[in-house]
Amino acid sequence: MTVELVVAMAMFVGLVAYAVFGGADFGSGFYDLTAGDAARGAELRTEIDESIGPVWEANHVWLVYVLVMWWTGFPTAFAAAMSTLILPLLLALLGIVLRGAGFAFRKFSATLSQARLYGALFAGSSLIAPFFLGTAAGAIASGRVPADGQGDRWSSWLNPTSLLAGAITVACCAFLAGTFLTADATRAGHGGLAAQLRRRALLVGAVTGVLVLGSLVPIARDAPTLAEGLTGRAAPLIATSILGGIGALVFLLRRRPAAGRVSAVIAVASVIIGWGAAQYPWLLVDEVTIADAAGAPATLRALLLVAALAGVIVIPLLVYLFRLTQSEQWARD
Amino acid sequence: MLVQDVLSLAADPAGLLPARQQMAFTLGWHIILASFGVAFPAMIFVAHWRGVVRDDATALVLAQRWAKVSAVLFAIGAVSGTVLSFEMGLLWPGLMGTFGDVLGLPFALEGLSFFVEAIFLGIYLYGWGRMPPRRHLLMVVPMALAGIVGTFCVISVNAWMNTPAGFRIVDGEVTDVDPWAAMFNPIAGWQFAHMWLAAYMLVGFTIAGVYAVGMMRGRRDAHHRLGFLVPFSFASVAAVLQPVVGHLLGGGLGDRQPAKLAAFELATTTESPSPLRIGGLLVDGEVSGALDIPVLGSLIAQNSFTAPVPGLDTVPVRDRPPVNITHWAFQTMIGIGTLLALAVVVYWALRWWRRRDLLERTWFLRFCAVSGPLAVIAVEAGWIATEVGRQPWVVYGVMRTSEAAGSYAGLWWLLATTVVVYTGLTAGAVLVLRSMARRWRQGQHDLPSPYGPQTRLSDEHPGREEP
Repeated sequence: MTVELVVAMAMFVGLVAYAVFGGADFGSGFYDLTAGDAARGAELRTEIDESIGPVWEANHVWLVYVLVMWWTGFPTAFAAAMSTLILPLLLALLGIVLRGAGFAFRKFSATLSQARLYGALFAGSSLIAPFFLGTAAGAIASGRVPADGQGDRWSSWLNPTSLLAGAITVACCAFLAGTFLTADATRAGHGGLAAQLRRRALLVGAVTGVLVLGSLVPIARDAPTLAEGLTGRAAPLIATSILGGIGALVFLLRRRPAAGRVSAVIAVASVIIGWGAAQYPWLLVDEVTIADAAGAPATLRALLLVAALAGVIVIPLLVYLFRLTQSEQWARD
Repeated sequence: MLVQDVLSLAADPAGLLPARQQMAFTLGWHIILASFGVAFPAMIFVAHWRGVVRDDATALVLAQRWAKVSAVLFAIGAVSGTVLSFEMGLLWPGLMGTFGDVLGLPFALEGLSFFVEAIFLGIYLYGWGRMPPRRHLLMVVPMALAGIVGTFCVISVNAWMNTPAGFRIVDGEVTDVDPWAAMFNPIAGWQFAHMWLAAYMLVGFTIAGVYAVGMMRGRRDAHHRLGFLVPFSFASVAAVLQPVVGHLLGGGLGDRQPAKLAAFELATTTESPSPLRIGGLLVDGEVSGALDIPVLGSLIAQNSFTAPVPGLDTVPVRDRPPVNITHWAFQTMIGIGTLLALAVVVYWALRWWRRRDLLERTWFLRFCAVSGPLAVIAVEAGWIATEVGRQPWVVYGVMRTSEAAGSYAGLWWLLATTVVVYTGLTAGAVLVLRSMARRWRQGQHDLPSPYGPQTRLSDEHPGREEP
């Protein structure tokens, strides 16, 4: 295994972590947005505050990690993607900014009307960010980011694969969040809230499944290289993802949200890994391979150290954070 | 990227100016919040430590309030920092495509320290009443340490742009890349120290100023005294050290970046010895309105009674930075820094040797109230001085900023949108923080969210007066 492949994989691990944990944080915006008026939505919105409050900034850092690994390890491909995809990335960035600020402001706002405004910003932009990040991923996966970075600034992300990828990303985020929030509400002993969340998570899960299945044919037509990989090398991962999704729904139906959460994580993680496996060895599909995009060898070796440090320092600390937030002591009112 | 390109005198692309303004605006905004991320945890730690170890209820309340303030500031700091990450690639594809693997390593390490900061921030903010008090207190330490590492990493990249190292250019290609040599480039250490102290000055004077205003309005209790003294002490140490560190950072600038030094000093011609030129404007090649103090320029910039500051006339016209902006920004920073250093020396000298407390004096409290904004201006001016003074280079002597910019139309729209969004964020942050302070003054302690069951977010601590 070459150094650049290991670095690419380390970067991709970050992407998977961002999709799963950052995705679950984004997805909670969906339930926040549809929670109803201030009185009816109070319990759910408070649950969301408690659930993502301690972790969202740490989960958000995965995005920064992916960006810096990308530009340091594969600088020309990074510059190319940034140049071509400036529009969706700026829109995603707007969502990221408003989400974070809206979330922090809402919790400490003095009046209900201010909280409403910040809450709408938080919840709405929680859906905008993953949608546009999804379209950017779709652009890369469908071979629309040329190596010279001079791709079309509009059609590169306004195309079937990108738009479907954006929609699927939002749906997956919402489904993940549904299982996470249901599990958190159950653990905190909020039975009524958990039941309400469980119903909605099941609905979102069903819609997500239909959306994914319905997208297969259009994506296969639009992105042949990706489709070939998805049905070939990545097929076991896609099968795992489908099973994980079904499993999550079954666990939710059987009122075992903690297991449902794990199953949903497996479903989303394996579809993301499947995307990576499907487009291997391309970094920018049909344009630049991982080997061609690799930066200076000394830098790649240094990045191995960074990845190792992330494994030794960051992962255990994240586990500690997650264990604390999931502990009985933190769940109590 | 070919060296011929790098060295060519291409006309500035249309995207250059808006890209530079965009970067300057977002970086100038973020640096304030980044300073809080770097310096605030140490101040929170001191207050929290007093609260827990010395059983000081006033200090504990301060720590709890500062933690809530930091929750707001760090959240918008996290997202405005992400904006910069994206902008590195979106605005400067020429820089990142060519030198991403040279300058990227410290950014990657900064990402790790950002992780550590964010994780412990989450634990700390939500850990009140949920962890043993002493362990909870310890959660601040990694945040403060990660802030130091992160500052070094980010500043090291900027230092690299001033003193590029860790690569060679052979036949137009970047080669022999050594990311560690790039990271530990010649001025990385001193530039880090300069910004690190600046962060403590900015945050220390700003927070102290808030409590100075409270004292001016007659709230002269232990809460306000401690709330003033903790950040003011940090700011004092930083303000006294800063001129020394700044001087050491500036040493050798005449050899490293003669054009920048000439612009700092408004030296149009090489004079031996050089005067210290205060104020003044360069118009049509002539300096007007400056106050020259003989010999002092050589003494400060070159540590010599005779060695001259190299004049702008030794630099080709196409390699000169915008002189007036650089000069004024530099002297604004120096002027404010000197003023703040003198002020803290006077305060502590009177307090220790004359047993006189200037906090009794309204004029001193007024000065403290504006010291925070002054420190902010000094930090902004310092960044303008070093960044504009490096122009027209993005990587000094190697790549022009025009080579780094992308070819976008419509970047002015991006800037306009950004100004609107950031103005909204600023207004939102100010409103929220002011409303928090108001509710605290009214005796509310926990600040439950206005939605949701009021009991949910409360934790049991002394001092809570009403739900």
